[in-house]
Amino acid sequence: MEGFKNFFGTKGGIIFVGLIIGILAPILQKLGNPTNMGICVACMERDIAGALGFHRAAVVQYMRPEILGFVIGAFLSALAFKEFRPRGGSAPFIRFILGVFAMIGALVFLGCPWRTILRLAGGDGNAIFGLLGLIFGIWVGTRFLKAGYSLGRTQVSTSKAVGLGFPLLMLGLLILLLIDPQPEGEARGMLLFYSLKGPGAQHAPLFISLAAGLLIGVLAQRSRFCTMGAFRDIILFRQGHLFLGIAALFIAAIITNLIIGQFNPGFEKQPIAHTMQLWNFLGMTLAGLAFTLAGGCPGRQLFMSGEGDGDAAVFATGMIVGAAIAHNFGLASSPAGIGPNGAVATVIGLIVCLIIGLTMRRR
Amino acid sequence: MTEIVDARGLSCPEPVLLTLEAIKRFGKGEIEILVDTDTSKENVSRAASSMGWQIENVIEEGSGYRIRIKRD
Repeated sequence: MEGFKNFFGTKGGIIFVGLIIGILAPILQKLGNPTNMGICVACMERDIAGALGFHRAAVVQYMRPEILGFVIGAFLSALAFKEFRPRGGSAPFIRFILGVFAMIGALVFLGCPWRTILRLAGGDGNAIFGLLGLIFGIWVGTRFLKAGYSLGRTQVSTSKAVGLGFPLLMLGLLILLLIDPQPEGEARGMLLFYSLKGPGAQHAPLFISLAAGLLIGVLAQRSRFCTMGAFRDIILFRQGHLFLGIAALFIAAIITNLIIGQFNPGFEKQPIAHTMQLWNFLGMTLAGLAFTLAGGCPGRQLFMSGEGDGDAAVFATGMIVGAAIAHNFGLASSPAGIGPNGAVATVIGLIVCLIIGLTMRRR
Repeated sequence: MTEIVDARGLSCPEPVLLTLEAIKRFGKGEIEILVDTDTSKENVSRAASSMGWQIENVIEEGSGYRIRIKRD
């Protein structure tokens, strides 16, 4: 057990995890997931918000098993390796707000950091601007960290319930998905909402998605894989450990895409993407800044939720609520461009994050 | 004298930031860093090693770890 445990903390370990994710994502796309969206934490949480009816954008409603698997896999892994630690209480509401704006920024660009890399690996040139925005947002966040930014200490809880809440919620949603499948040709099960067309209607078979999610949940929990930390650690400490993971992901995804014919380079008419580059940049600037201030990318927040971190669970919940807000009030982009209120929401988000960065202090 | 850095309960990357600050401040000697997650334990150990400090030992303590690093 100890050898296995240590392997994922090494350079080889994080590269291995990146390679597995980079191979699995294009395969999930081949098996039915939307283009360049084999895995996208933001998009998939947005689809979950739709499946629950929090927003009613008909084309993005599906209870994505990958997300449920991420949390449950990380939870099982944390239990198995005695790393499950119920904790919480580090500025939860600020984390909620950061989650809301992280999602709004991601939906202006149309993707989280995971999908940014996958879009690049699929040949989508617009993602270059998203990636630059992400790095810029993270850089801004590191300025605050250097100046003593902190959300304060979390408390280790004596009650297991603090850490069990979110993993059990995900388990409940999985059971709901299993007993309430999409009726043929209909957009509503007993409770859950489904899509008849659009990205929400595109998905790999349930058990394959779930298995991939569980596997990635375990691997990412072991290796601490984080797409934001990858850039943050280079900027802040000149340390490339986490970066090796996303570099491996990118290389594996581009090779897999080339092999299975999913690499289509260009800027125009890229799938589930728009060409308004300023907003691709600023949307991801907002997301990158919010992830940095919250201490993890959207995937990492899910894995930490599985480890019992109630604050990460609050951030993830904020992202799901953020998706509902984005689609209910015209903030989310579409292939036609940004939503009618996307620009103003991005600017408000940046201002709110700057205020949080300036006011939350360790001393 | 051993300096103590209490990084328990702090989010990433604060434990590493505090450790590097202490390393810069003291230059050499012994520092103990308290953390409460395995992630922080690994990150702090990795950062200290990369600065040329030795990981003397890591002791489980309470719900976390006490990492002792050293440089002569």
